[in-house]
Amino acid sequence: MSLFEIFRKKKSSAPVARERLQIILAHERSATSTSDILVTLREEILQVIAKHMTIDRDKVRVSMDRGDDVSLLEVDVELPLKDEGGENVRLAMTG
Amino acid sequence: MSKVLVVTSGKGGVGKTTSTAALGAALARAGKNVAIVDFDVGLRNLDLVMGAERRVVFDLINVINGDAKLSQALIRDKRIDTLHLLPASQTRDKDALTEEGVAGVIAELREKFDYILCDSPAGIERGATLAMRHADIAIVVSNPEVSSVRDSDRIIGLLDSKTMRAENGDRVEKYLLVTRYDPVRADRGEMLKVEDVLEILSIPLLAVVPESQEVLKASNLGMPVTLGAPNSHPAKAYTDAARRIMGETIEIEIPTDKRGLLGKIFARKAA
Repeated sequence: MSLFEIFRKKKSSAPVARERLQIILAHERSATSTSDILVTLREEILQVIAKHMTIDRDKVRVSMDRGDDVSLLEVDVELPLKDEGGENVRLAMTG
Repeated sequence: MSKVLVVTSGKGGVGKTTSTAALGAALARAGKNVAIVDFDVGLRNLDLVMGAERRVVFDLINVINGDAKLSQALIRDKRIDTLHLLPASQTRDKDALTEEGVAGVIAELREKFDYILCDSPAGIERGATLAMRHADIAIVVSNPEVSSVRDSDRIIGLLDSKTMRAENGDRVEKYLLVTRYDPVRADRGEMLKVEDVLEILSIPLLAVVPESQEVLKASNLGMPVTLGAPNSHPAKAYTDAARRIMGETIEIEIPTDKRGLLGKIFARKAA
């Protein structure tokens, strides 16, 4: 620890709390925040893929990262290829 | 064999969510596979205390309704990989929880995890009774304060009548977790002593968590206190509690500063 750090005011946690709340509340107040939209979205995305190839419903991973300006919704679908084992195709959407 | 624990209290604001997060993280840090489940449907907060609020995709109700698989709804902690969170739904109400649905989710969790910690909502309604329904062990969280102790007594009554174990003629192991305790004020006679609370509720003591600024600081940062400030007094109390849950016998002590004035001055500088 440097001398400077000893005399500097210690880092406070309240601003972090404030920022976290602002971000999550902005998401929760928006109409698109309900998780049912994610359920519908996932279903429709999978239906489109299923039209063209066979997919294993258990090999689908959906993840979310809510940010200040944009959120990232990732849908990872493992596509089994008959000749060469599995290969991952990633569909990433922002919104 | 897996154990289902419910963290419950009756009264709100006594520290159920904080305690669930702290105990879950302590158990996971000890190498156990842990799932923490938020039963507070409509008012979820365990995600926020765990710092996972931005990552919630599916929740307990989605799993119950079959909209998502359990594995898709579980959020793995970024700091400890054996710790998983199953968030509550924020957009539904407690009626979305069904008896069979909860039974199914708990049965599936039992196959994958050593410890399943159910964070109960306040109150004695559906959400609270379903959170305790499958418990093997109940952790009754109480502040050393009259209304909290009275509500804890009510909850102990429910644990002895409304749980699966009670209905099968078995018993739920019940333990008391006293939180926000101030030994100085208790000594001065301004606060109920741990002994008073124990005498009234007559269930064994799991741990005494002292009042501490570290708890708020950790929740501001989205960290269970056992991870955010592992050397703090509350973290010590929770870590000991986790060891007792794992079957260790360790003497109960209330972590406090036993330093003199000089020690306190130095401690403040170093903090």
